[in-house]
Amino acid sequence: MKSHALIRMLDRGATLFLVLLGAFAIAIPVLNLLVPATSSLHVSTYLVALLGKYICYGLLALSIDLIWGYVGILSLGHGAFFALGGYAMGMYLMRQIGTRGVYADPILPDFMVFLNWKELPFFWYGFQNFGYAMFMVLFVPALLAFVFGWFAFRSRVTGVYLSIITQALTYALLLGFFRNNFGFGGNNGLTDFKDILGFNIQADTTRNALLVISCLALAVCFLICRAIVTSKFGKVLVAIRDAEARTRFMGYRVESYKLFVFTVSACMAGVAGALYVPQVGIINPSEFAPANSIEAVIWVAVGGRGTLIGPVLGAFVVNYTKTFFTTGLLAPYWLFVLGGLFIGTTLFLPRGIVGTWTHWRAGVKEKSEAKRSAEAEGGMLATRGAPSPQPGAAE
Amino acid sequence: MPGVVINMRGLFDRIRLLLLFAVLIVAGDAATTSALAGPYEDALPGFTADSFSDTADSLDKIAGSGSDLAAPLLQALRDQRLQFSTAEKKVLIKTADGKLLDAATGQPFAGSPPADLSNVRLNNRLRNLLDAALGSLTMMAADPNKRYDAAQSVFKSRDAGALPALEKALAAEQNARVKAALLQARAAITIASAEAPAADKVAAIAVIRDRGDQDAMALLQIIPADAPAEVAAATADAKARIERNLALWGTVQNLWYGLSLGSVLLLAAIGLAITFGVMGVINMAHGEMVMLGAYTTFVVQEIIRTRYPGLFDYSLAIALPLAFIVAGAVGIAIERSVIRFLYGRPLETLLATWGISLVLQQAVRAAFGPTNKEVGNPSWMSGAFDLGGILITYNRLWIIVFTGIVFVALLGMLRFTRLGLEMRAVTQNRSMAAAVGIRTARIDALTFGLGSGIAGIAGVALSQIDNVSPNLGQGYIIDSFMVVVFGGVGNLWGTLVGALTLGIANKFLEPFAGAVLGKIAVLVFIILFIQKRPRGMFALKGRAIEA
Repeated sequence: MKSHALIRMLDRGATLFLVLLGAFAIAIPVLNLLVPATSSLHVSTYLVALLGKYICYGLLALSIDLIWGYVGILSLGHGAFFALGGYAMGMYLMRQIGTRGVYADPILPDFMVFLNWKELPFFWYGFQNFGYAMFMVLFVPALLAFVFGWFAFRSRVTGVYLSIITQALTYALLLGFFRNNFGFGGNNGLTDFKDILGFNIQADTTRNALLVISCLALAVCFLICRAIVTSKFGKVLVAIRDAEARTRFMGYRVESYKLFVFTVSACMAGVAGALYVPQVGIINPSEFAPANSIEAVIWVAVGGRGTLIGPVLGAFVVNYTKTFFTTGLLAPYWLFVLGGLFIGTTLFLPRGIVGTWTHWRAGVKEKSEAKRSAEAEGGMLATRGAPSPQPGAAE
Repeated sequence: MPGVVINMRGLFDRIRLLLLFAVLIVAGDAATTSALAGPYEDALPGFTADSFSDTADSLDKIAGSGSDLAAPLLQALRDQRLQFSTAEKKVLIKTADGKLLDAATGQPFAGSPPADLSNVRLNNRLRNLLDAALGSLTMMAADPNKRYDAAQSVFKSRDAGALPALEKALAAEQNARVKAALLQARAAITIASAEAPAADKVAAIAVIRDRGDQDAMALLQIIPADAPAEVAAATADAKARIERNLALWGTVQNLWYGLSLGSVLLLAAIGLAITFGVMGVINMAHGEMVMLGAYTTFVVQEIIRTRYPGLFDYSLAIALPLAFIVAGAVGIAIERSVIRFLYGRPLETLLATWGISLVLQQAVRAAFGPTNKEVGNPSWMSGAFDLGGILITYNRLWIIVFTGIVFVALLGMLRFTRLGLEMRAVTQNRSMAAAVGIRTARIDALTFGLGSGIAGIAGVALSQIDNVSPNLGQGYIIDSFMVVVFGGVGNLWGTLVGALTLGIANKFLEPFAGAVLGKIAVLVFIILFIQKRPRGMFALKGRAIEA
């Protein structure tokens, strides 16, 4: 039975994805560290950091896909969980600076000395401990998601209402974190990190290690998501997505299912944020901006929601396009492209890249099977099976 | 038109200046002939000593001299235009246009200016003395506003030296407002003086109490704690009354600000309420319709500025229909080209309209540049007036009035027109409406156009109080959604109540929590409120809405 579940979890697409991810995690550090800089195969450290960032975005997209693609909850505030995880990591990195800061205060981060604070606020306690900080990376987003979800799902806030409210949530946090007296560095955020677990954060090896760890985290989260969606539990989630009222009438506690998945998803977003911060070297309140969260949703839509692989692909494709556009002369056109992606994807590619591909493959397969069986049975039977239902068609 | 007004005002000023000069010259003649050796002339040499205490003495004497030259001289001193020469023992007034007048006679100074001419120096003590002295001198001015200001300045300085002038002015005063101010000024002097009898002080406190503002409060603070019993009692009573009065006006002020913010929110949200209510479409590009309206105003004003400057006061009236048409047309285009393919998929609509908003923002940025655009206030929308204890600006007032008109017009349209009837039918039950022959697709397009058009005219109004930039709409979109979510869809009254509640709640929270925390508190409140009433305050009831 166990092995059966494992086989279901690791279908061909999932295996291929994990293999590719593993190859990526090995190839990039090798090409960066072992291949000499003069070689055309060399990957620059800049590119390593960039790819590491994309992997974090991919993880964020994966977490959104888990709730949007499988439960039909469109969160426009997932950036908040991402940023909260990032802030938890940032707080740990701030405490690691110690006396190397501008004001050389062994306890207080620079911005607190600058604001004339005398002692550490209580919520900064313990963040010098890596284990505690990692716990908070998971705990803070989970707590927020749990409390928010408990309120929202219990009173059956669904659909666009939920989307708008999640957007308001991240907007409120954005306003709060911009304030200096909130205790998180105001609009400058947390930056100037020196090292992580004793390793210099600027060093090439650290960057490569962070990339590998990000890939690992993505793989683990991917497997967790696969385990959830291929289980019986996952079938109930899809039922909720497609017909919430019916599922409820069949006796399932819909809000408990939603709350669990929402919280898990928030944790994943938090992990993505925590891995993102050391790789970009800064976390500031703009990560809470509602626009960021919506942008993350479009990665999922482009890649194909309800596929788990698609969102990661979408995050890579969209962000690579963004990097390509915003670093050159084409910068003014980026928002046209992004806007066009939003419109084009919803109008012409509702299944996303991966969804369209699997749909097309399924169609081809069905046709050939039908042809074969028709030949075998002498054309007695007409094609029967309807194309597999598209994910998330009904909201 | 404002240019013309300014010119008129300038002309008026010039005429007044001329008159003043005429008076001065006549007065100067009088001075040369009649008051050759009065206290005024005696005091003048004091300015040549270049010592603050001598200047103070002279100033005091001149203020009390009763000479007609005293006021211009003191004004010159205040403006640092009074000059002296130690060598020639001369005091000269330099006029604003650089001419020199002999301070003793008020006549133009003949001959070459002395070589050692320098300004009479001032310090802060002298400036205060001067203001008080000028205040008492201008209490007899012809312009009631000037007299009022003078009374106010005596009220603030509480200078006992101004008392004789004050009494004189009080006896002659006809204007009730100025008279009250003069009485208050006299009461202030009485309260500040050490030797005034207790009965007078009590009477004075009563006058101050009726004034009832922050300044009155400050004045009462100077009464020493060991004052006679009846004075102390009157003071305590007056303080309590003023505090109550101030609290009342503070509340009124907050209400006013809240009403103003609420009307802005209502303007921004009302179009959204229509599209969301009738079509169930979340239009994330709604804020950009507002922005388009604001830019339409900008373009109209630019054309008026360059071609027909006389029409400037009508620019908003011209911009209103244009903004409605521009935003409405863009709205219909969006509905026909994108949204109609996405009906029944609200989350996709949300994403697609977000994409549209990005494209529109960037298009405007490309066309007009990323910086703020200057949109002027017509003359009838600039300025402010006092109403009791609060200051009311005309632009805020007009926006509230305008919002009311838009709201009523929309309500009437929904209630009494064919289109309104059909829109309500589609809101309540789309399939039934279609079954009785309403072309729902056409209604959808028109509704979307109407909602967008209203957003456009909201943009005209907002251009008067906000920065016109490509990001204008972004600032309103979340607030507008909060209003709609809070008020409930499909009912304009819900939007009205939602907008005003949020606006007023915001402004009442601000003093306690600061602007940002107040906003966060409101957002958290809405998130909690949604728990209680997931469909807003004025939700439509019935099964059709669930679909």
